[in-house]
Amino acid sequence: MADTLVSVVAPLEGVEPAAVRARRPESSRRAAFTVPSFLGLVPFAAYILLFLGLPTAIALFTGFLDGSGSFSLTNIEALADPVVLNTFGNSIGLSALTAVIGSVVGAACCYALIGTNPTGLLRSVVDSASGVLAQFGGVMLAFAFVATIGIQGMVTVYLRDSLGIDIFADGVWLYELPGLVLPYIYFQVPLMIITFLPALEGLKPQWAEANASLGGSRATYWWRIGIPVLTPSFLGCLLLLFANAFSSFATAAALTSQGSQIVPLQIRAALTSETVLGRENLAGALALGMIVVMVIVMTLYSLLMKRSAKWQR
Amino acid sequence: MIEPRPLTRWLILGVVGLVFLVPIVAMGEFTLRRGLEGGYDFSRWIAVFSGGLTGEYKGVLTALGNSVVLAVVTVAVMLVILVPTMILVQLRFSYLRRAMEFLCLLPITIPAIVLVVGLAPVYSVVAKMFGSGVWTLSFAYGIIVLPFAYRAIQANLQAIDVVTLSEAARSLGAGWATVLVRVLLPNLRRGILSASFISVAVVLGEYTIAALLNRVNLQTALVIVSKSDPFVAVIFALLALVFAFLLLLAIGRVGAPRRKRSLTGASS
Repeated sequence: MADTLVSVVAPLEGVEPAAVRARRPESSRRAAFTVPSFLGLVPFAAYILLFLGLPTAIALFTGFLDGSGSFSLTNIEALADPVVLNTFGNSIGLSALTAVIGSVVGAACCYALIGTNPTGLLRSVVDSASGVLAQFGGVMLAFAFVATIGIQGMVTVYLRDSLGIDIFADGVWLYELPGLVLPYIYFQVPLMIITFLPALEGLKPQWAEANASLGGSRATYWWRIGIPVLTPSFLGCLLLLFANAFSSFATAAALTSQGSQIVPLQIRAALTSETVLGRENLAGALALGMIVVMVIVMTLYSLLMKRSAKWQR
Repeated sequence: MIEPRPLTRWLILGVVGLVFLVPIVAMGEFTLRRGLEGGYDFSRWIAVFSGGLTGEYKGVLTALGNSVVLAVVTVAVMLVILVPTMILVQLRFSYLRRAMEFLCLLPITIPAIVLVVGLAPVYSVVAKMFGSGVWTLSFAYGIIVLPFAYRAIQANLQAIDVVTLSEAARSLGAGWATVLVRVLLPNLRRGILSASFISVAVVLGEYTIAALLNRVNLQTALVIVSKSDPFVAVIFALLALVFAFLLLLAIGRVGAPRRKRSLTGASS
């Protein structure tokens, strides 16, 4: 409809449609100056400033204040404390482990989904289930794993009564750091499916045809074309999974009973009790540390995504 | 050539699917257990639903009500603040598009737990202005749903030619209000709908901000209930997961018929 309208208007003015299109930015810019339409951007800008910019700034700068509100670096120095370093190590280790496992299993699922009808029942169910587990789970995934591998969980009881295997023979690990691995994988794999599947759909059929016409096999296709083209996307998604695990809080908060084994739990402890390492405003310093890690990861991610966009023109 | 062999495909999907089904089945099995004497029945489910709004699970139902209010207000915040701005940027400020995208995707980089550190002082001011009603959390939730909502709406915005549509309507004498309400919004219906659904799902599952700002929503109530009655917590969690699954399934269905029609249109 829009195109027919342009072709109706164009002959009247005696210009080619392409010329009409080319002139458009100029005319709309002129209109922008006559009507103060930038006022329309104010609500959004104010909202972002108040509820994203301001909280982030506060979170980052309180780390530089001491108890009386004056500038100090003592809290930043606390980031080098062995306890804090150990927590960051735990967080990074947990995120890296679950990101690697999640991305490999998720990529395998994406591979298995190639060629299925994108609007079919299978894909709808996989998409929705992935969305729920990746973005909605949180607290409820913790419950799911208590019901599965908790002390009275279905799998625990089955293994103990039927096969004589006691998964908690060396103590109950579900409510500590190792217990987070399985629930985290449970939301990492779905996130990989959501983020990596579009990259696989970007593989052009022509490449497979070119490979076949040059006598390449299925293995040659994947080894020489598929894997090299997909590697930047895969690494990008891996980083996104890392960032996702690193910033996740709800599952750990609902699952771990005591202690602050990962950074988000330590921030909670600092916010609610203020007794972490006997320092005030440590939450701000920890938040700063998290942001530094996240900014590094997300910068690498956007670089990799630019690299992978090369093949999607 | 690219497609996996059927055996490989179903082996991978089957194994992963079964493993991922285990915790969900375990939740179901857990809620049906019959105390110490063993065996299964539906007594816990019946107890939850027969109590109604006044039963002992009133706390969870109130919290669910809070979460629904939060979801509605968050969607409203998104519709009133985000959608008009995105249209305006697309129409008049095309040079701001990259900046807009950067801003909207920024909350992915800033973890909710970090945001909450700075939100606490902001909310002490918000509480003075708007009271401490639970709905005020929606301002913070509007931020965390921003990346999801932005992506859904932007995909729709790119698929239609906003500039041509609005100029066409303007040249036929429509005012800006008419352009927005009668031309652009109907064309953006699918994007707005899926942005709203995903926002509802994210808000219903949110725990971090509510817990640390001491507000009650569905998730914080579930954590509290789980300490005294884990069975009831698991029942509600299972229901919430199924509800979110159906909600997202509906998003997929909203998009599907249109795609199918354009495919057949292209081949005919």
